[in-house]
Amino acid sequence: MALSGMRGLSVFISDIRNCQNKEQERLRVDKELGNIRTRFKNEKGLTHYEKKKYVWKMLYIYMLGYDVDFGHMEAVSLISAPKYPEKQVGYIVTSSLVNENHDFLRLAINAVRNDIIGRNETFQCLALTLVGNIGGREFAESLAPDVQKLLISSSCRPLVRKKAALCLLRLYRKNPDVVNVDGWSDRMAQLLDERDLGVLTSSMSLLVSLVSNNHEAYWSCLPKCVKILERLARNQDVPQEYTYYGIPSPWLQVKTMRALQYFPTIEDPNTRRSLFEVLQRILMGTDVVKNVNKNNASHAVLFEALALVMHLDAEKEMMSQCVALLGKFIAVREPNIRYLGLENMTRMLMVTDVQDIIKRHQAQIITSLKDPDISIRRRALDLLYSMCDVSNAKDIVEELLQYLTTADFAMREELSLKAAILAEKFAPDLSWYVDVILQLIEKAGDFVSDDIWFRVVQFVTNNEDLQPYAALKAREYLDKPAIHETMVKASAYILGEYGHLLVRRPGCSPKEIFSIIHEKLPTVSISTIPILLSTYAKILMHTQPPNPELQSQIWAIFGKYESCIDAEIQQRAVEYHALSRKGAALADILAEMPKFPERQSALIKKAEDSEADTAEQSAIKLRAQQQTSDALVVTDQRTANGTPPVNQLGLVKVPNTSNEWNTENQEVTRANGALPVVDPQPPSTPSADLLGDLLGPLAIEGPPPTAPQSESIPVSGLEGGSTADALALAPIEEQTNTVQPIGNIAERFHALCLKDSGVLYEDPHIQIGIKAEWQASRGRLVIFLGNKNTAPLISVQALILAPSHLKMELSLVPETIPPRAQVQCPLDVVNLQPSRDVAVLDFSYKFGTHVVNVKLRLPAVLNKFLQPISVSAEEFFPQWRSLSGPPLKLQEVVRGIRPMPLVELANLFNSLQLMVCPGLDPNTNNLVAGTTFYSESTQAMLCLIRIETDPADRTQLRMTIASGDPTLTFELKEFIKEQLVNIPVPTRAPAPMPSQAQPISPPTAISDPGAMLAGLLTRWALNNRMRGLAGVKGEFYVINLSLELECLEKF
Amino acid sequence: MGIRFVLMVNKQGQTRLAQYYEYLTIEERRALEGEIVRKCLARNEQQCSFVEHRNYKIVYRRYASLFFLVGVDNEENELAILEFIHLLVETMDRHFGNVCELDIMFHLEKAHFMLEEMVMNGCIVETSKSNILSPIQLMEKAS
Repeated sequence: MALSGMRGLSVFISDIRNCQNKEQERLRVDKELGNIRTRFKNEKGLTHYEKKKYVWKMLYIYMLGYDVDFGHMEAVSLISAPKYPEKQVGYIVTSSLVNENHDFLRLAINAVRNDIIGRNETFQCLALTLVGNIGGREFAESLAPDVQKLLISSSCRPLVRKKAALCLLRLYRKNPDVVNVDGWSDRMAQLLDERDLGVLTSSMSLLVSLVSNNHEAYWSCLPKCVKILERLARNQDVPQEYTYYGIPSPWLQVKTMRALQYFPTIEDPNTRRSLFEVLQRILMGTDVVKNVNKNNASHAVLFEALALVMHLDAEKEMMSQCVALLGKFIAVREPNIRYLGLENMTRMLMVTDVQDIIKRHQAQIITSLKDPDISIRRRALDLLYSMCDVSNAKDIVEELLQYLTTADFAMREELSLKAAILAEKFAPDLSWYVDVILQLIEKAGDFVSDDIWFRVVQFVTNNEDLQPYAALKAREYLDKPAIHETMVKASAYILGEYGHLLVRRPGCSPKEIFSIIHEKLPTVSISTIPILLSTYAKILMHTQPPNPELQSQIWAIFGKYESCIDAEIQQRAVEYHALSRKGAALADILAEMPKFPERQSALIKKAEDSEADTAEQSAIKLRAQQQTSDALVVTDQRTANGTPPVNQLGLVKVPNTSNEWNTENQEVTRANGALPVVDPQPPSTPSADLLGDLLGPLAIEGPPPTAPQSESIPVSGLEGGSTADALALAPIEEQTNTVQPIGNIAERFHALCLKDSGVLYEDPHIQIGIKAEWQASRGRLVIFLGNKNTAPLISVQALILAPSHLKMELSLVPETIPPRAQVQCPLDVVNLQPSRDVAVLDFSYKFGTHVVNVKLRLPAVLNKFLQPISVSAEEFFPQWRSLSGPPLKLQEVVRGIRPMPLVELANLFNSLQLMVCPGLDPNTNNLVAGTTFYSESTQAMLCLIRIETDPADRTQLRMTIASGDPTLTFELKEFIKEQLVNIPVPTRAPAPMPSQAQPISPPTAISDPGAMLAGLLTRWALNNRMRGLAGVKGEFYVINLSLELECLEKF
Repeated sequence: MGIRFVLMVNKQGQTRLAQYYEYLTIEERRALEGEIVRKCLARNEQQCSFVEHRNYKIVYRRYASLFFLVGVDNEENELAILEFIHLLVETMDRHFGNVCELDIMFHLEKAHFMLEEMVMNGCIVETSKSNILSPIQLMEKAS
């Protein structure tokens, strides 16, 4: 061990090393700092050597973790020293001690610039390194052109140029507005022809940075990157100095493949073929060898190749090779490989549809969840979380629950959050969900965030069937000894709301429920007491007839807390006390909590937030983010907290601001109970965190359509009306629309009316898909906007033109859809009343110079709000008879229907959610069907249908529709009629595009008298409505205007 | 930007070299180093070389009494960094001959010079040992 050239420094380091404890070390450091400070003060006598020595001591002290708040000037001043050793120290220590905003750094700019433009290569290197490490804006402004010049200069040696590349990278990344890289694509491509691997390595880093920002400009670099890979991986054409255990610079290989992952795809077939050859070679040719270093290096390359193959997601066969390799890796003993196998498998799930193959490894992955190494456990948890779906949710969640009891504390919170989210997303039945959450609280109470129990409360509130079960479970948990406080909160809340549903069970009388909850009161913290008070008030309200003993007990408690020091508790106690003395008024005010409006789960949002800390821009990440955003259901957290839900309701976006909705809204608000009184804030000023929560993905961006806008559909339909298939509401501005849709829009729409997922629209640039879930009068559609291009789609706009009977709320649609990416936009639908009107999605985007605008009908049609119901003869006939004659029962002979056998007709009815009940009608040529219709105005309403067919003439039939609501009867009759006359004939070859390009040729349906009638009827009604009359409207058929007028007159 | 910091810590947890490629205050550094040392030094040989901490992934390797810890972001290939550590050690070995903790301790400046030739602004700049060592040799000749 040779001692350092600086004796004083060595002595100091030895002294530090010999210190027995931290205190001694501190004393020694303080002494040294004092010494250096004095020496620097009398600077005159200091030689460069001395300065150098002291500056190193400072760096050493700084490294030990002591603040060094002086001497920066001395370090900076060494930069302008004439000799290399001093200059070098100046540069290195400055870049370690000083940050980019430090004032002294400004003083050095000139000296640094002189070194950069000077002739001395070693000085150039030092200066470039400093700027590359800490250069800020001022450096960028004064040095960027010089650095760029050095990088491409042919007279510069590689050792300077490699530093110039990374220096430029820093300046560009920190100040993209200052550093001009326009026109750099050619230079970048030239740089990639470089033979020197040092220059190539740093240029590749520069390329990654440039490409991640704008890959479009750097297409020309793509084939060059493939060439470099070929050179390294195939030809092994690399100087000995750059091979590492026989592998040609693994770092450059990895970096090059990283750069390639920023290009969305590879279009040139030759480049593509070459790349896939290289990748194939890496995938197949990487063997496990004895030497650890060689093994690691070759697997570094292999894993990067895997990532690149996954990113390109093109070659089926290679993808399955990747999955097979990963399957192997997650089973090996070598921990690093296993870790990376799990990590990459998770990545793979985000990219492509390999769920089923990966599921085969579930058992293996669960083993890794129990690995002694936390790093591996984390990866396994992430992977299990990503691979979970309906089919394996039960297994996985139960595994997680089991693991929770033994998991390390560091992981429990994440674990319980993930288990809760999976249980929510994939619950096969809701009671299982409740079980899981309660178990979670029991096993890991401390780690169960409030969001989790709020969520279970929201679920229970929104699902009536679940309430007795949840109440029973909550009651059972209360019997257990020493339950967690979170359990007390959740159970008390649930029992307050739904405890009365258990009243006949043993141990569940109001009094018993009250006393078991009250037993917990002395053990809970201040934040729980308000919840318990609300529970008591609710118990009191539900106890009918009042139990005087219970009443006096609870009043005594309220009385006690009326003087509580906590304002929240005190206020509740006072108010509940006063209210509960009012008798019947209590029941009004403390009525059951209304259902929570559906919105994004706070849990899922939380999970997203915690993932959002990385700024990786690669396409993989982007896609992954979009995948996680398909949020589910429900609500706000504050309600469950026991604090008022008023604000939230006031803030929830109500697109259709018609009067009746507002009234309803107010009613809901009032029904929320005592709470508005308790609320210290006026309802219109929400608390900050509430607002923050509301600004989540679902609530952002006001809902575009309000009532007037929805009125405008018919208008535009009329004006642009002569365009042909207005059924499809295809593009109205044809001149701007040079983009032709793929497939028939109308057929796609009709198909979607009968199923819940599929493609709504497609053209060469975009595919719009729909996935829908319906429950009673509510629905959630997710609109998938998939960019098929390698360039982004910009100015994307989606407006929902909702008819007045639908309340629709579309989440934020991003303005830009990244290349090859898919964006999901949830759309919530509430059906207010029966109507056949159809909502329209007005969608436009810009590709290049083309503006494409399409209007698409959304399949939120009448039958989506139907639920088939099987009626027996005993139920059917009394109903059928009681609904006698118009307007509740309507009959009509429909002619011109598409002839079909009775079986097919029955199938059609079933697919429309009208359940055919065989055997009810003695005549076998007739059909009887039953269904339940859901809307906010009608609630659940039974509808009965009878169809009489004529075996001799299948083109006509007589139908009779009955329901308890005249509008519903009429609308349903018209709806069924449309379906019968308007079914797209499946044998017809799908038109390449809708008919609007042809001259006005009425669609086939129009020739049917029934359809014509329906069309005219709706058109007429529409006109009436526009004049302010009540009426109905439906799909409008495109008719020659004169014809229309003529018919109208006849009509 | 890849590599965020390079730390060398002995098995008592004392920092022997610290180089950051992003600015952290001295308090932040102290806290971060403390957390990382606690996490990594407790691990055994059978566990993998990667530890997730805050937004970093720490790739580490132990050589006798000295731990080399490299903090990276999501942009890096873990195994490549693991072997980069070994390259650094081999380079030091070539210069010092059987490098040990004391070499790095008493020649902190040289360790810094080598690292500076290898990593710049968080990116790998050179992987050829002779190229890495040439400025140091130049300097030794000069003095």
